[in-house]
Amino acid sequence: MSIGLPSGARQDAAPRETGGWAHLLLGALRFGRTRIGLAIVGLVVAAAVLGPYVAPHGATAFLGMPFAAPSRAAPLGTDYLGRDVLSRFLDGGRVVLLLALLSTTIGVTSGTLVGLVSGYALRVVDEVLMRVMDLLLAFPSIVFVLMCVTIIGPASWLIVAVVGISYMPQTARVIRSATLQVRDLDFVRYAEAIGVPRSRILLGEVLPNVVAPLTVEFGLRLTYSIGLIASLDYLGFGVQPPRPDWGLMIQENQAGLNVSPWPVLLPVLAIAAITVGSNLVTDGLGRAVAGVDRSVEA
Amino acid sequence: MTRVIVRRLGAGVFILWLASVLVFLATQLLPGDAAQLLLGRYATPESVAALREQMHLDEPPALQYWHWLTDLVTGRWGTSLVSQEPIARIVSRSIENTSVLAVLTTLVATPLALAVGTLSALRTESRVDHVVSVLTLALAAVPAFVIGIALIYLLATTVVHLLPPASIVDPSRPIWRQPSVIVLPVLTLVFGVAPYPIRMIRASMIEVLQSDYVLMARLKGLPERRVVLRHALLNAVAPTIQATALNLLFLAGGVVVVETVFGYPGLGRALVEAVNERDIPLVQTLTVMLAAFYVAVNLVADLLVMLVTPRMRASAVESRA
Repeated sequence: MSIGLPSGARQDAAPRETGGWAHLLLGALRFGRTRIGLAIVGLVVAAAVLGPYVAPHGATAFLGMPFAAPSRAAPLGTDYLGRDVLSRFLDGGRVVLLLALLSTTIGVTSGTLVGLVSGYALRVVDEVLMRVMDLLLAFPSIVFVLMCVTIIGPASWLIVAVVGISYMPQTARVIRSATLQVRDLDFVRYAEAIGVPRSRILLGEVLPNVVAPLTVEFGLRLTYSIGLIASLDYLGFGVQPPRPDWGLMIQENQAGLNVSPWPVLLPVLAIAAITVGSNLVTDGLGRAVAGVDRSVEA
Repeated sequence: MTRVIVRRLGAGVFILWLASVLVFLATQLLPGDAAQLLLGRYATPESVAALREQMHLDEPPALQYWHWLTDLVTGRWGTSLVSQEPIARIVSRSIENTSVLAVLTTLVATPLALAVGTLSALRTESRVDHVVSVLTLALAAVPAFVIGIALIYLLATTVVHLLPPASIVDPSRPIWRQPSVIVLPVLTLVFGVAPYPIRMIRASMIEVLQSDYVLMARLKGLPERRVVLRHALLNAVAPTIQATALNLLFLAGGVVVVETVFGYPGLGRALVEAVNERDIPLVQTLTVMLAAFYVAVNLVADLLVMLVTPRMRASAVESRA
């Protein structure tokens, strides 16, 4: 779940070799669990992306009685308002995945910048940046988001921004410690000596050498973002009715679980599958990077 | 030792203070008239004025913060804007229920993690080990509300009907006298909390089992059971204590979701309801309380590590001398 652990295990695991991104992926694919994870993720993403085009009915069209049993018109029955469960399911995954991807990109990018600057500059800059990151860690992500939603309301941009910010500290810590291992190496010293501007040293020399931990971090944060954003939808602070959404579907139909399990089970299975799948891939990436088991931040 | 503890306490209080600034900024100082927003379009000017008074909205921001902070610290938390109930009463009612969840989860998850982690380490690369590895990986990824709903489906509704699907608590009796409503929320939280320490303890145990003194103990002919329990276990656990304790921080966020899933009357559900109703004073108090819990767990984790690690205990004794 989404909490930050300043875990020692993850910090010692610096890249042993500085292969590029493709190299890393190929290394991860040697593990069976990476391939299984990729297959699961591919399946769920395909359902979410292509689903709206193949949905038999409109997501908000009323078909019959609430919680009706599966029939020819509604193969998986109807939801608490009598709408087609299958259509709403097929239409309800895109937004979660898109928002999770956006917020992860924001969080990991900003965290990487902070980590690079902090690890390269050291001294006062490092101290100040890391203490600010500590402050952000004083709240569980979900409480942080709820607090910000209170006044502004459940707007997508706000959730993307706040979820992104709440993941910034962990990424910053990982990238900072990776930067520390690179900053004194010869090629960085050489670039400094011939007067390459600092921004180019960071982005051109240091960044390519922290790609491996960065990739693992991205996978980890993406997994947690999907879970967190789905949780917010479930709590009613994300996608608003009558729009279809997996997290929201679970909340709306929870009371009818006894009568008709599909409207709840389908999105539950989808969310479980994609988070597990993406964590399997991340685990494979982690093993490929360090030869040890790293993606264990629960 | 005392000096180290005092310094650590000071840092905790400082972080908590910064957190309070953040809560204040996010909930009160954002643009827009909070009083008007809360009371809606049909509010009378008198009621808006009264609320502005209660929330100190007419004052400059720094003074607003000062009043807000002193009220918070001295326990004058005001009343809920929605139910008009004193916030202190809402908090004292739900904090007990949440504590029961948190304590039970810790009591179940910690020995479970120790046992499963050790077992997995003793049979590295066996089938048990692989199952544990994949299960912990999966449970760590799946959001808590999905685990909760799956448990409701399996244990409380369709498959078997063992437990109530929602925690309908009788407020006239203490919560621990109503065990059936606690089981599912605790189980959900345990599944959320346990995976990380299991993996930590496994990794640490494998390392210790390969050390010289374990080899020595085995060569002396001690029974394997004694080698593992007396010689290896404590040394394997020490480096994982901090991470395990920090992992309990998951609870501070976890209770928000899990209490809502089961309708369990605790701090987390109170927060979700307060946010839904834009009950700003209640949201402020509850978020500060959760942040305080977070900081406190961090502190306890640090102190535990100090007590358990001989090296740090020694240096603490030196600093006292």
